[in-house]
Amino acid sequence: MPKVFYTQPDGRQDVIEAAAGDSVMQTAVRNGVSGIVGQCGGSLSCATCHVFLAEENADDFAPVGDDEDEMLDCAATERQDNSRLSCQLILREGHEVHVTIPETQL
Amino acid sequence: MNLLIVGAGQAGVQLAGSARDLGWEGPITLVGQEPHAPYARPPLSKAFLKGEAPLASLALRSAAFYADKRIDLVTGEHIDRIDLAGDGTGMATSATGHRWRFDRLVLATGARPRRLPIEGAGLDGVLSLRDVRDAQALAGRLATATAVVVIGGGFIGLEVAATTAAAGIPATVVEAAPALMNRVVSTATADIVATAHRTAGIQVRTGLRPVRLRGTDGAVAAVELDDGEELPADLVVVGVGAQPRDELARAAGLRCDDGIVVDARSLASDGHTIAIGDCANLPDPSPWSHDAPRLRLESVDNAVEQATSAAATLAGLDRPYRGVPWFWSDQGKLKLQIAGLARPDDEIVLRPGRRPGQHTALRYRGAQLVAAECVNSPADFLAMRRALSEGISLPRTTATDTDMSLKEHFAIARSADLKESQCP
Repeated sequence: MPKVFYTQPDGRQDVIEAAAGDSVMQTAVRNGVSGIVGQCGGSLSCATCHVFLAEENADDFAPVGDDEDEMLDCAATERQDNSRLSCQLILREGHEVHVTIPETQL
Repeated sequence: MNLLIVGAGQAGVQLAGSARDLGWEGPITLVGQEPHAPYARPPLSKAFLKGEAPLASLALRSAAFYADKRIDLVTGEHIDRIDLAGDGTGMATSATGHRWRFDRLVLATGARPRRLPIEGAGLDGVLSLRDVRDAQALAGRLATATAVVVIGGGFIGLEVAATTAAAGIPATVVEAAPALMNRVVSTATADIVATAHRTAGIQVRTGLRPVRLRGTDGAVAAVELDDGEELPADLVVVGVGAQPRDELARAAGLRCDDGIVVDARSLASDGHTIAIGDCANLPDPSPWSHDAPRLRLESVDNAVEQATSAAATLAGLDRPYRGVPWFWSDQGKLKLQIAGLARPDDEIVLRPGRRPGQHTALRYRGAQLVAAECVNSPADFLAMRRALSEGISLPRTTATDTDMSLKEHFAIARSADLKESQCP
């Protein structure tokens, strides 16, 4: 079972057991992790699921696509090198993923 | 204190969680009419219809969420009677005779598809799309359909047409208004969208009204238009808007006028009952909306944001619902995003795209930028959504200057605003 470690801007952490095939965004929203909004449900329309992905997980996911790239440039919290939209981070069996949630999504 | 939420869609689910987060201590009961746990509706016309997203993947929350937040989720119960005592308390009764006593009531009953008021609308093969059952029925029909006519060129109709065409089935969209997505986007944007759909093989017919559906042995066979033409069809999808499900509220004596009339705190006419989401008729939450007419908003954004504000009302906080409404519609390869509510007479200013297929129509009311319609231009959309919420505008000549992105233009305008406010 994949496991996601969500760290809030204030350092609090939520650890959620996820389902393979779900995204880091879906896992957060379904389990009430605050700071990940995901209004559009993962259709790359809202950019409210911005996260900073831990370096050790950088190669675990498909690279940033064109729409994601364009949206990250305009995310509410300034983009960093490890910025991702968490709706694009699809979890696999056995995955352990660490993400940090930015200050604001809107 | 018992909180009862009638309607387990996006708004009801959001309110249940937010109310708990804001300190509601008593039982929270969320009653939904459908047999499924609450799910996201937008994929029903797209990924779910294509068979790419199973129902489980549409779940809005996990079972653990409802348990952790002590939300009693009741599915498959249709509340058909509400008795209000006058002080906000009362009793709700379901069709199966179950009863729930409440201290505070939230109505999040949603909307239902508008029916086509013409002959033949009841024929087999005439479908509309609102819930999972509708989507499953439509997916089943699409498996064997050979000619699909979509009546109504709004978001849902166009999304279904795009899904149909992508499956290789001939699709025709019939829209009575002169342009697609009438009243929602400018004609400039509607034209771009129509052209893209035509290029994808969809017949787009505007300014034509269906007058009759013809059947053979009880099954639909053709759509007859007001110019006399007949379009053959073995599947007709009706997407001509939705009506608020406000009959419970009406029967309970709450004021309704195209939805349950609420104030900016989501309070209905009794001053106690809350109504949120598609079923609510509310003051326009946009900035600069002091003279705006009341409206209903059918969107995920409104369901979530109005519910969040309403949860604050329940917690005794004064947080009237304010925000820039936004919408999205994925139609085949088209990504349409709209920020802000434009009126038909707001000026259209086109900002050229950087890549082929991109289009941004900015809408101005006088000198004020009030909305943007973005096709395949998510960066413009995000920059606009943020700027509108901050009340930042741009002169037309700046907004159409493509040497810099909208984000960069707004950053300059923002820092100029700041300097101005610091130097009296």
